[in-house]
Amino acid sequence: MGYRGRPQVTSHVALMALFSLFVSVVFATLMRDEPRDQALFGLRLFGGFMAAGIVIGWLLYPLPL
Amino acid sequence: MRADAADRVEPATNKYLIAVLAWAIPGAGHLLLGRRQKGVTFLITLTLMFAAGLWLEGRIFPLGFDLTQPLVGLAAIADLGIGIPYFVAKFMGHGAGQVTAITYEYGNAFAIVAGLLNMLVVLDAWDIAEGRK
Repeated sequence: MGYRGRPQVTSHVALMALFSLFVSVVFATLMRDEPRDQALFGLRLFGGFMAAGIVIGWLLYPLPL
Repeated sequence: MRADAADRVEPATNKYLIAVLAWAIPGAGHLLLGRRQKGVTFLITLTLMFAAGLWLEGRIFPLGFDLTQPLVGLAAIADLGIGIPYFVAKFMGHGAGQVTAITYEYGNAFAIVAGLLNMLVVLDAWDIAEGRK
């Protein structure tokens, strides 16, 4: 249990995935008109966000922050 | 000539009304312009994203620009981009923000980005209303 007795999401990856999902859906809907194009573009965006987040995370790992 | 002038004025009025409604209710501009799929998607996604920010103990930053804390003012403007949900959340007492919560910064990011994305949605609705898309 987390804050105020509520279940709390503490997984950074899960929160990054949720954030990426929301942003990908909005950008794909904004930038493409056909549902199929939106789905494909959204998937590519989501994959890109996740991959970039993981790669940047690993690159930052040695830094003493 | 009169008809031309009237034609020029009427779409401009609609444009502004659509922009205001698109800001106030995420997706409303697209719904009014007949883009139902896009409108419903924006309505659900942006509202959920803002709600997720509150659920993650994010803060709804107060309006009023304090020169000693310029980033708070900018965050408030971004939060306000979501429209009516900003005021509903404030009215219901949500968005106080818990700095000690582990998800506090995540919550802020979700709420701020939801507002910024809605600003993009408003610009898209504006372009559609102007006939550019």
